[in-house]
Amino acid sequence: MKIVGLSGSIVGSKTRTAMDYTMESLERQYPEAETTLIDLADYNIQFSDGRNYLDYDGDTKYVTETIMNADAIIIGTPIFQASIPATLKNIFDLLPVDAFRDKVVGMIATAGSAKHYLIIEQHLKSILGYMKAQIVQTYVFIEEVDFHRKEIVNHDVLARIDRLVEDTVVLTETYQEIKQKKEDQYDF
Amino acid sequence: MEKYRINPDNGLEFGLYTLGDHLPNPNTGERIPAEQRIHEIIELSQLAEQAGIDFFSVGESHQDYFTTQAHSVVLSAIAQATEKIKIASSSTIISTLDPVRVYEDFATIDLISKGRAEIVAGRASRVGNFELLGYNLRDYEELYEEKFELLRQINEEEVVNWSGKHRAPLKDARVLPRPKDGWMPIWRAVGGSPTSAVKAGYAGVPMFMAHLGGPATVFKRTVDAYREAASMNGYDPEQLPIATAGFFYAAETSQQALKDLYPHINEGMKKTNGQGFPKQNFAQGVDPHNVMNIGSPQQIIEKILYQHELFGHQRYIAQMDFGGMPFDQLARNIELIGSKILPAIKKHTRR
Repeated sequence: MKIVGLSGSIVGSKTRTAMDYTMESLERQYPEAETTLIDLADYNIQFSDGRNYLDYDGDTKYVTETIMNADAIIIGTPIFQASIPATLKNIFDLLPVDAFRDKVVGMIATAGSAKHYLIIEQHLKSILGYMKAQIVQTYVFIEEVDFHRKEIVNHDVLARIDRLVEDTVVLTETYQEIKQKKEDQYDF
Repeated sequence: MEKYRINPDNGLEFGLYTLGDHLPNPNTGERIPAEQRIHEIIELSQLAEQAGIDFFSVGESHQDYFTTQAHSVVLSAIAQATEKIKIASSSTIISTLDPVRVYEDFATIDLISKGRAEIVAGRASRVGNFELLGYNLRDYEELYEEKFELLRQINEEEVVNWSGKHRAPLKDARVLPRPKDGWMPIWRAVGGSPTSAVKAGYAGVPMFMAHLGGPATVFKRTVDAYREAASMNGYDPEQLPIATAGFFYAAETSQQALKDLYPHINEGMKKTNGQGFPKQNFAQGVDPHNVMNIGSPQQIIEKILYQHELFGHQRYIAQMDFGGMPFDQLARNIELIGSKILPAIKKHTRR
């Protein structure tokens, strides 16, 4: 199973901190999974100009291909201006319309204010649904107060991330079984 | 319609098209050499002609897994190898070519084939040709519109005066040779969406509509939008031919057809588009109302007749060689077309 962690912002450190713990939890709980962390801050990605993702080169090609080859993706995102950051939206724009077909997507949001809690529900989930993702319905929402010097200091947050990781892997396994069962019925 | 060398009294025309893809056979993992692929395409056109198929076309794609980038050269070999089948591009990416040179090439193919050549001009779904041939992707739309207009002007006028943004001006230019009848059919390639079809309609240009899959009724909207746009701009839709083009595969049973075709489409699309074809959607392809013509010969006959009733089109063009399909299976399909499908379709659509 290929799982990609996607840290969706080039600003700040909270999302990356949460994603580092997520990858650690993933490797601890599921050492057999093939994991990759993509922190958009580490790459130079061009804006989408509408071409097929195979036609880009460099970092843009690497990041889009890595996402397209994944079975599951855990997206970490801050909330800016009551929405996802442009860097993350650009990744969605670079991909085909049904890029997340047959993929499971889990979500972690970091935010400076509890007022942003429903942004994931009302904004990110609708994008993922349009792109045909199998969405892990429960997401992890982490506030400023849960971090201190690039560490998560709230044990409840760590437990919630552990559960998200478990939910994502279980849903991916289950989804693949369902899909296999369905495809076997076709006999072609 | 005669202007476009189509006689509706003879019934729906049936054609074959290839994108000139060069993909491994997913069942063996092996890929035939480019030389063999090109020769098989030429041989396919001959088999098609012998089976009574009306039309054969070859496309250009400038990227990995394709082999007919120089599609006009391949078409010229086909012109020489055949005698009566109509031949065309599907498509010529006019955006990144010089319309003068394209017209010279295709007028020559028309002379070699003694009046059988047509041009279908499109603008590419993958865009490797822009960088390769030295064009800016930002000019995607304007390059196509401007060059397509110039191509049409060259077709209409023996002496051309033209100036635009993406090519040096032409002053009293004579583009030679002229096609056999001084003029040749030029179609606008349409990707299946009404937005794209409307542009062909406004210009009063024949539409070559590609369709991947889905209910045929979805594409009826595109056909309607095309005809409506043509009427609004003073053209008579009755005089404008429409061609539809999409996946085709005939076998003894629909189940066998799905089995034979699916791995080629799925694996081929993964390599050329970056995404496979979902099995669930593909299984729906044999539905009588689905636009993909996959199934037993009888099912395909019913599908094509249903589509003809719906669209009222003049030409259907089948794509069956995608994704490393072995040649003997292509030959078998042509045999089924010639012996069963074509006679039934002609019988029911002839006036």
